[in-house]
Amino acid sequence: MIKMNKTLSAEGVSVRRGRQPLSDSSFLLTITISMFIAIYALAIAFLGDKGFSKIQMFFNLFNENAALIVIACGLTIVMISGSIDISVGGVTALICTACTVCLNNHGFNFYTALILALAIGLAFGIIQGFLVAYMEMQPFIVTLAGMFMGRGLVALIEVNQIQVRNEAFEKLSGSRIIVPFLGDYNKKGVFIPSKLEYGVVVAILIVIVCYLLLKKTRLGRSFYAVGGNAQSALMMGINVRKTRFLAHVLCGLLAGIGGFLYLFHTRSGSVQQATGLEMDAIAASIIGGTLLTGGVGNVIGTLFGVLTSGIVLLVVTAIGSQDPWWPQITRAAMLCFFIVLQSIICSRKKK
Amino acid sequence: MTYMQDTVLKMNGICKSFPGVRALQNVDFTLCEGEIHALMGENGAGKSTLIKVLTGVYTKDAGEIYLKGNNKPVHIKSPEEAQKLGISTVYQEINLCPNLTVAENLFIGRSNNLFVNWKEMNKKAEQVLTGLGIQAKPTKQLSACSIAVQQMVAIARAVDMDCKVLILDEPTSSLDDQEVAKLFKLMRELKSRGVGIIFVTHFLDQVYEVCDKITVLRGGELVGEYQVKDLPKVELVAKMLGKELGDLASIHNEAQSADDKKKEAVIEAEGLQSVSGIKPFNFTAYKGEVTGFAGLLGSGRSECVRAIFGADRVIKGRLKIKGEPVHVSSPIKAMKKGVGYLSEDRKRDGIIGDLSVRENIILALQVMKGFFRPFSKAQAQAFADEYIKLLDIKTASADTPVNALSGGNQQKVILARWLLTHPDYLILDEPTRGIDIGTKVEIQKLVLKLASEGMSITFISSEIEEMLRTCSRLIVMRDLNVVGELKGEDMTQDKIMYTIAGGVSQNEQKQ
Repeated sequence: MIKMNKTLSAEGVSVRRGRQPLSDSSFLLTITISMFIAIYALAIAFLGDKGFSKIQMFFNLFNENAALIVIACGLTIVMISGSIDISVGGVTALICTACTVCLNNHGFNFYTALILALAIGLAFGIIQGFLVAYMEMQPFIVTLAGMFMGRGLVALIEVNQIQVRNEAFEKLSGSRIIVPFLGDYNKKGVFIPSKLEYGVVVAILIVIVCYLLLKKTRLGRSFYAVGGNAQSALMMGINVRKTRFLAHVLCGLLAGIGGFLYLFHTRSGSVQQATGLEMDAIAASIIGGTLLTGGVGNVIGTLFGVLTSGIVLLVVTAIGSQDPWWPQITRAAMLCFFIVLQSIICSRKKK
Repeated sequence: MTYMQDTVLKMNGICKSFPGVRALQNVDFTLCEGEIHALMGENGAGKSTLIKVLTGVYTKDAGEIYLKGNNKPVHIKSPEEAQKLGISTVYQEINLCPNLTVAENLFIGRSNNLFVNWKEMNKKAEQVLTGLGIQAKPTKQLSACSIAVQQMVAIARAVDMDCKVLILDEPTSSLDDQEVAKLFKLMRELKSRGVGIIFVTHFLDQVYEVCDKITVLRGGELVGEYQVKDLPKVELVAKMLGKELGDLASIHNEAQSADDKKKEAVIEAEGLQSVSGIKPFNFTAYKGEVTGFAGLLGSGRSECVRAIFGADRVIKGRLKIKGEPVHVSSPIKAMKKGVGYLSEDRKRDGIIGDLSVRENIILALQVMKGFFRPFSKAQAQAFADEYIKLLDIKTASADTPVNALSGGNQQKVILARWLLTHPDYLILDEPTRGIDIGTKVEIQKLVLKLASEGMSITFISSEIEEMLRTCSRLIVMRDLNVVGELKGEDMTQDKIMYTIAGGVSQNEQKQ
């Protein structure tokens, strides 16, 4: 009788699973979030004395990665639509240098610099989007060219590293938001409230907007449809070319915003700036549950992908290894883990 | 206006050419309201092209399309436009997005609202699905549903689009009998609502069960339009083939396996078992003989031959090829021993669609030879030409991508690939599935010819009649067990069914 009950309950589980399975997207998202929490908890438990128990540490994670969050959101959108954009690092470097030069020498203020940044991002997005969607060129090749173009233009403008020398901009960039009620006590027992950069607010807003865009709008769902099966999407009456085009334009625009946040954070520009940023963004998207093959992913996951990468970096540094390769190797392991997970999901789907 | 009062669609003199092929030549087609109209023809007859012209996937070269409610001929330039005009299609391969939910698949691409109202969408989806008796949760991801349900969702989408013309392109190929019955019920319901349905299928019985009219195409030309009740099945087949039916009846394998001991055994399997879950089985194939594995779907027919070919890892038992004990751990080893395997699913396992006919044909031989010693182009061309001629493969040239060929011709290309390796033992797993009757007959004839030349062949088919015509010995299977062997006069439909139902497993016999 007991044995029978057991088999019954086992069947019950499978039935329940069959009725309401966790969708691929939310399954991967759950994994990412739990991983972030687990790593953070472990860091607090074992490395608490190295600053991980401080609330400011948590906010620093955002302060350092605001630009990456925005750029990774753009990549997530492009990847969901089944495409890729590896030009964002180059675009970021171009924006930083171009804006710095304009701020220093051409009398630009904060707003005109912002417009310039958005224009650069949009221009890249529109040109690349046009080539990918309407000329049906390989997105990887097109954006590879975009990447070279970005870096090349930086060198054309200015070969050396340059600092922003614009008082108003520097003042704005240096200001912080005081987070109410949260903060840490220093060694003397004085309460120091936590500080947040303005860029973080923008980044979080962007994440929310992207989330709503992907979840609640016709365009957002079209990205998923095109990435899931472009042929079907066409048959179902979706304008596939336009959708692909808009995905790239959006990614370009977000690269513009992200690039400006990068400048806002670093206040400098150079040829070598933001090298490999596009790869960081792709990695964050994948860790966040976006499928490189398209159709699956969301920006909440991407946000946690960026944070997870960030915390791993901090933990590895805190453990005491100053060697630059350990964070890389850890990230490689994380990527592997997620790619294996994704391929398991894909193969399950084929059955 | 020339069309009658209740005509909903009229196509006049449609022409469409592709490089090297005239796919449609002056084809007329008329569809009335509340009518189920079968569009019949062999592979390559132009059915798919006609459908694609109608749905805007292809643009027609000439001809006119009239739709009810439009005074002028319509020009359909895209599927989007066809949808707006009230022409909905359910394609053979399910054209939905597996990564979206059921509800989204029903409604995406149909609204002009900027935002998606999930609550309302799910509610509407629930109504549509229950209205049609489809058991699927609107919030479920489509890929988590069975193929049959996915198909039904595709139909539900088309139905819900308030269409005047509904095109069903081989919708029943992935449904079981029960689901087919449900679909037919649904089709009759739509018919009573006045929808015109174009039904494309290979199954003759289904046509006679549900359709009112039949339009037959052959070789891109219109053969005629008939009332179903005026056209007996035999005549329909004759019209599709463009010849009399004698061919089908005349095929019969006269060569009986007289005395096994005198014959040379090509394959001897003893207690063979693979990871696929198949029970240990014994099997011997002799030179110049056509054997068959009969049984219900999932009884282990394919698994047996996959074990012999090394496609599934063998975990137990012995296998001798031409008297020599071998361990086939991979297909390439079996191929080098002279075994060929034409797999069940040509799209997944067999055809490489983007490569040319020539490249597809020489593939298996190239693998055996090794990739570092490629054939010269002239050599490859000679091989390809030889087999294109031998098997009468209808292709513009040997350089045409295989994708551009019809299903039956694709199958012939794979067959050519294996024949080129000159195997001693050739396994044909469902070689005639989804291809037209004419090609079926050709393949059956070819099998018998090859056997008479000394090749040993195993032929697997879901159609018992076909097996009876072609095979000289049948291995009968049930639930992954070999339960009997029939030959000679014992090979009748009744006997096979009796054996499937009551035969004793080889494994039990031994004990």
